[in-house]
Amino acid sequence: MVEDCLRYRNDDPVTDPAVTVDSFADQTNATAVRIEPGDDARALLPHLSRIALVEVNFPTYGDGRGYSAARILREHGYAGELRAVGDVLLDQLSHMRRCGFDSFAPAHPITAEAADKAFATWPDVYQKTVDGRAPIWAKRHG
Amino acid sequence: MYQYDTYDQEMVDARVAEFRDQVARRIAGEITEDQFKPLRLKNGLYLQLHAYMLRVAVPYGTLSSAQMRMLGDIADKYDRGYGHFTTRQNIQYNWIKLEDAPDILADLASVEMHAIQTSGNCIRNTTSDQYAGAAADEIVDPRPYAELLRQWSTFHPEFDYLPRKFKIAIIASETDRAAMKLHDIGIQLVKNEAGEIGCKFFVGGGMGRTPMIAPVINPFVPPLQMISYLEACLRVYNRYGRRDNKYKARIKILVHEIGADEYRRQVDEEFAHILTLGLEPPQAELERIKGFFANPGFETGLSDEIDRSDPDFAVWVDQNVAAHKQPGYAIATIALKPVGGIPGDASADQIRLMADLAKELSFDELRVTHAQNIVLPHVRKADLYTLWQRLDAAGLANANLDLISDIIACPGLDYCSLANARSIPVAQKISERFADLGRQRELGEIKLKISGCINACGHHHAGHIGILGVDRKGTENYQLLFGGSEGADTSLATIIGPGFSEDGVVDAIEKATDVYLAQRADGERFLDTYRRIGTAPFKEAIYG
Amino acid sequence: MKILTGNDLKTGDVVWWDGQGWSRHVNEAVDVADQAEAILAVEEAARRVNASYAIDATVRDGEVRPAHIKDRIRALGPTVRLDLSLKPADPAAGNWVI
Repeated sequence: MVEDCLRYRNDDPVTDPAVTVDSFADQTNATAVRIEPGDDARALLPHLSRIALVEVNFPTYGDGRGYSAARILREHGYAGELRAVGDVLLDQLSHMRRCGFDSFAPAHPITAEAADKAFATWPDVYQKTVDGRAPIWAKRHG
Repeated sequence: MYQYDTYDQEMVDARVAEFRDQVARRIAGEITEDQFKPLRLKNGLYLQLHAYMLRVAVPYGTLSSAQMRMLGDIADKYDRGYGHFTTRQNIQYNWIKLEDAPDILADLASVEMHAIQTSGNCIRNTTSDQYAGAAADEIVDPRPYAELLRQWSTFHPEFDYLPRKFKIAIIASETDRAAMKLHDIGIQLVKNEAGEIGCKFFVGGGMGRTPMIAPVINPFVPPLQMISYLEACLRVYNRYGRRDNKYKARIKILVHEIGADEYRRQVDEEFAHILTLGLEPPQAELERIKGFFANPGFETGLSDEIDRSDPDFAVWVDQNVAAHKQPGYAIATIALKPVGGIPGDASADQIRLMADLAKELSFDELRVTHAQNIVLPHVRKADLYTLWQRLDAAGLANANLDLISDIIACPGLDYCSLANARSIPVAQKISERFADLGRQRELGEIKLKISGCINACGHHHAGHIGILGVDRKGTENYQLLFGGSEGADTSLATIIGPGFSEDGVVDAIEKATDVYLAQRADGERFLDTYRRIGTAPFKEAIYG
Repeated sequence: MKILTGNDLKTGDVVWWDGQGWSRHVNEAVDVADQAEAILAVEEAARRVNASYAIDATVRDGEVRPAHIKDRIRALGPTVRLDLSLKPADPAAGNWVI
């Protein structure tokens, strides 16, 4: 079944509209924010506790800044929903997940089955990131 | 050399399966060429002038005889009987079919090889010193660190859509045999005053449209922080490298535009944060990898004598054989630069012969150099004559290492869709003009490099003599440059005047060598004379 | 005249639009006038060609001659390996690209 949004969380989705990074600090009621490629995700670090949803926009799949934005947020303890939106294609899902994304709203819908297969591409991983997977070097040395 | 464990093997196997699926989806029309292109590039598959081209990775230029043999077999089975060794220590096949590509990757995986990330806006093959593990002047073998780097950079999820390609080189000697400072990141392993090994990071070098020599960003990063520091360097680039202009998107532009000091500051900030995350592989992993690079069982008590009674052999020894750290051994270079030949090309039979020679005479190991030659790193001096005879019988005993006919040339407009002019015919004509080996030896070391376009895959900026092919109103034209160097004294070549026709540039080079012979002081190479007397005497001779 | 060229998707072979399909031989290329975009859209969508584009060409001595040297090299093959080109028996074939 084709989904508009693939979501891998157990809590309820946020329904608030996402505001821009620039306006988030002043909008004290906002719980959802949208990061564009040129935004500095670090600007949100002082506010992580009140954010329930971060959308990271990929206007074109070739612009990889969103991967760093996501990973930075997770590295600093952000535990809310982290959603990749826009030109998100099947072949990027696996890496996006590894950078901390737990939901996806691709412009061209992707089936849940195809997504599951994409997430299963790599039996192991070389690098330690924010997805909790033990990297190969950790498995080698216990 | 490194051997895959089950983890490494399953990763390349998973990649083959992933690509096989992607190719099937492309052929079935489920993804467009625009969507497929970055995926195939990340498996080294280009669409070039005549067919698809596959670039196979040779990690840090090191391969076993079994791997080399497979490269020869692939040339026969899937291509048209030859391969091309490149300026990044890789091999390219020019006549590949898309529908065969997954099977080729599967064949490569069966011998622990791949084409992962040899193109695309991601971290490419990490290159190293072709004499690693054999040279007397290295402080440590850089290849275990290169292998650590290879694994860290493979399928790195954050750095798969960088602003542009990213090339890393790592060496461990003062003599730079890998053009390290002309890379996005160059790492030199050094020793501090306490005798501890550390990583000296150079960031922001490169050739192409705007050549730059990388400045030192950190003079000493402890080896057990190397990966964390790399993460910081790459993250700053991924976030702030330009994405508005393809020709301004390399990290050298970022470092140049914000300044090395500011880049360093941003990296240090990121580095401090990353050090808290525990991303670094443990020392045990580096030690495990080092275990694969121990000395391969050298014999002791061997003679250092070489019987030079065969004069042709003696010339080859003088030119192509370098000193080895172990008494009784030598490093032999097979120059893939026959007179009038195509630089870096080797037939499938020649590739398999080199594999056999490595197995018999070099502890089963070969290297690819960025000068498009092949090295047998551990040859007993007593075996050099046998080696030379076998090479000579196969047309592979060209005794021209680092001489004017040891040309680096990109494939150029004969093969490459990016090129503006052909480069190989120029190389052939130069090689034929200077065919006489005695004349070449009289001229001495001349590193001549030819690029068929501004992308500089032929490294012309780093040539003692560099040639850049351009398109001048639909006609091929060649600019001549002098004074580049890729060694520890890295410098960028300067253009000397208006461009030439194909025959004209060969004549101009001959006149330049005449100036050198007339003006040189004792012991000076062409490069040294040029640096001393400047461009003017050459310009006058060439342009009259 | 305007002719169309590209590569075969599966094999990578250089191909030229001959009016009905895609030929390996540039001399079979036809003038598409102002129909380039329309033809390529259909052919790309059907995956009968890949990486296609329109180029200028002339007819000289009864042969179709692409305007740019790059496409002439595509039409022939590598000038330094004529044995792998479409004219392996002609040692002077490379002169045609200049």
